[in-house]
Amino acid sequence: MASPDDLTGENAPLYAARKGVYPKKVDGPFRRFKWAIMGITLAIYYGTPWIRWDRGPYAPDQAVLVDLANRRFYMFQIEIWPHEFYYVAGLLIMAGIGLFLVTSAVGRAWCGYACPQTVWTDLFQHVDRLVDGDRNAQIRLANGPWTAEKLGKRSFKYAIYLAIAFWTGGAWIMYFADAPSLTVDFWSGQAAPIAYGTVAVLTATTFILGGFMREQVCIYMCPWPRIQTAMMDEKSLLVTYKDWRGEPRGSVKKAQAHPDAFGDCVDCNQCVAVCPTGIDIREGPQIGCITCALCIDACDDVMGQIGRPRGLIDYCTLDDAAVEKAGGIGKPVMKTLLRPRTLIYFGIWSAIGAAMLFSLGQRTRLDLAVQHERSPLYVQLSDGHIRNNYTLKLRNMETRPRRVAVTVDGLAGAALWTEAGLRETAKQRIEIALAPDSVTRVRLFVAAPGDGPARQDFTIATRGLDGDPRGDSDVIQFDRPEAGQ
Amino acid sequence: MADPHTSPTAVGVHRIDEATGTSTVGHEWDGIEELNTPLPRWWLWTFYASIVWAAGYVVLYPAWPMLNSATQGVLGWSSRSDLEREMQAHAVRRAPITNAIAATALTDLPAKPELMQAAVQGGAAAFRVHCVQCHGAGGAGVKKLYPSLTDDDWLWGGDLASIEYTIAHGIRNPDHKATRVSQMPAFGRDGILDAAQIADVVSHVRVISKQDKPSAESMRGNALFQANCAVCHGASGAGDRTVGAPKLTDAVWLYGGDRDSLIATIAQPRNGVMPRWGHRLDPVTVKMLATYVYSLGGGEKASAPALAPISEGQGADGQP
Repeated sequence: MASPDDLTGENAPLYAARKGVYPKKVDGPFRRFKWAIMGITLAIYYGTPWIRWDRGPYAPDQAVLVDLANRRFYMFQIEIWPHEFYYVAGLLIMAGIGLFLVTSAVGRAWCGYACPQTVWTDLFQHVDRLVDGDRNAQIRLANGPWTAEKLGKRSFKYAIYLAIAFWTGGAWIMYFADAPSLTVDFWSGQAAPIAYGTVAVLTATTFILGGFMREQVCIYMCPWPRIQTAMMDEKSLLVTYKDWRGEPRGSVKKAQAHPDAFGDCVDCNQCVAVCPTGIDIREGPQIGCITCALCIDACDDVMGQIGRPRGLIDYCTLDDAAVEKAGGIGKPVMKTLLRPRTLIYFGIWSAIGAAMLFSLGQRTRLDLAVQHERSPLYVQLSDGHIRNNYTLKLRNMETRPRRVAVTVDGLAGAALWTEAGLRETAKQRIEIALAPDSVTRVRLFVAAPGDGPARQDFTIATRGLDGDPRGDSDVIQFDRPEAGQ
Repeated sequence: MADPHTSPTAVGVHRIDEATGTSTVGHEWDGIEELNTPLPRWWLWTFYASIVWAAGYVVLYPAWPMLNSATQGVLGWSSRSDLEREMQAHAVRRAPITNAIAATALTDLPAKPELMQAAVQGGAAAFRVHCVQCHGAGGAGVKKLYPSLTDDDWLWGGDLASIEYTIAHGIRNPDHKATRVSQMPAFGRDGILDAAQIADVVSHVRVISKQDKPSAESMRGNALFQANCAVCHGASGAGDRTVGAPKLTDAVWLYGGDRDSLIATIAQPRNGVMPRWGHRLDPVTVKMLATYVYSLGGGEKASAPALAPISEGQGADGQP
């Protein structure tokens, strides 16, 4: 009897067991391109924290550093403070629009070449080939009994997996502290517990996601393959099996016997054998295809051997596929790439980038925020003057100590002094020394004659006294007792 | 196979309900049957585990309420001892700073900005606990009741040592010898001056505080002032901090500077009381409170000769 909540009447389980994927070694232009991208992305990931960048004695000399403890983000000559985090938001928006741009132009190029999941899966698959041999040897070993040889090979392979995973997790924490000293601290047991925890978690995720889950991450876990279907159109490049040319399939012998009855596909299955996600591209575009183009390399190789033109499997847009099916010739690649949609995406992307660069160049590195103390709002002084208290937050965002002047404007007869001095020392203008790369809090006392409006706006301004005269100002209120109080 | 609808329910063999595919519990009341849907296993085992855990908890921790208290538990844990441990750890953590403040003379603190800042912060925390009830948040005071600590008008002195002394010994504490004492006579209540004379004195006080122009009343009041008030407030009304007599020529009035308030003050002075804190707070806290009050904007340089130093290791009022 069927289960009552089985509405379909079928007892198909929701879980599908993984079918092993043992991609075959392949060589060709796309494979070499993939090697290059893997080399560049891994070098960026592992190497970036070790690049030094001199910022003087008051700031770290690491080129890229996310200093969470001190809430600073360093990227070469750019230093971002927490209140400037919108720059990071801007970068993330650029990354998002960049993905739209790339997807609408060249489809899932990100998935196929640059995605960390793809790069590390590729790396782990090379390890498989190194230890177990190529596809057939891997399949034999996987299906074979647990002999001493298999045990040895498996432990050796997992050890390499683990080493790569550990190296990957270890590289991550280097972005958050001074890399050389953190390395020493890490190995001498002096690093923060969060460092060890992060390395442990990332080692585990790299080991599991790269070593075992692999294409399942792309097919079941990752939202991007779903999102990208909305970003692609009939003019986006796809890895396409040109079925109008390949079908019906037949072996070389059959095709030689009946040249008119068979297409170019000789059903050699090389495109399936090399696929890192284990799909058959000849079934058409599908969610499992990350467009890594390794099947193009494999098919071109076979076509070359049997003397047929390359490109039975090739990058092709849906529009061009229809044209080619009808016997025409598809558009040239540049025309496919440069079309309104990609140009608009590129325009938005570069406009955000240019706006961020412009505002980065324009930002002042001295910032003033004034807060009026409210208990009490004003103080009656014995000589009839009224005093108001303010808290100044002076941000010196440069990596050098600075001297700044604080003045007021629009408050007649005002005298200023700070909590470090007494009223006898009150002046029209006070000078404050600011520590490099830090926020200085100053309590400012402002006394002014008692005859005046009960509420009055005036300006507190600060400016640099050491070369860069740019500064900041804030309009704030001065309170006096209401008449009759 | 027998039709489940007609076959009688055998003992131990329960009918399967066709609509749901679930077996019944085997009872039947007037044709009403119950489906056997037991609790999920995971729930049941969590429940059993909770019982086992609870048994251990009852033995280890305070659990059963008794008449006057509760069972203590063999671990001897209590939230109070937990708090004590935390406070202890907190004190240990703060020790370097509090020790440095204790080892530094109060008048030397302003020369050490970092230590001074720590003291002001510590004082601010203590102020919020012990002082805001009267002096208000930020020391703003309450009009006609409690003095503002943020202004530059001090009854007993606004330098660090004077403030510390006032905090430690209080004002008008009858049970304490070293307390600050001043007593303004109740000129009206005790019949020293009559109402007309008080009005004249008030006219004079309003003249010296530049609130009114001189007049015949104020001239009469001047003579009365010199005879009755000048001994404490000074001939010119400048006040005398050694006896806590306020300055009458400035713009700051604790109990109000208008005519009615001045008449009320002269007729029946308030003689407000400030509790002494030397025997309740440790000397470091009193010191930190002094720096905080000093930092509120009215702090003065030491001018009067320093008062007797407060010995270390005892309560700030010199008593153990």
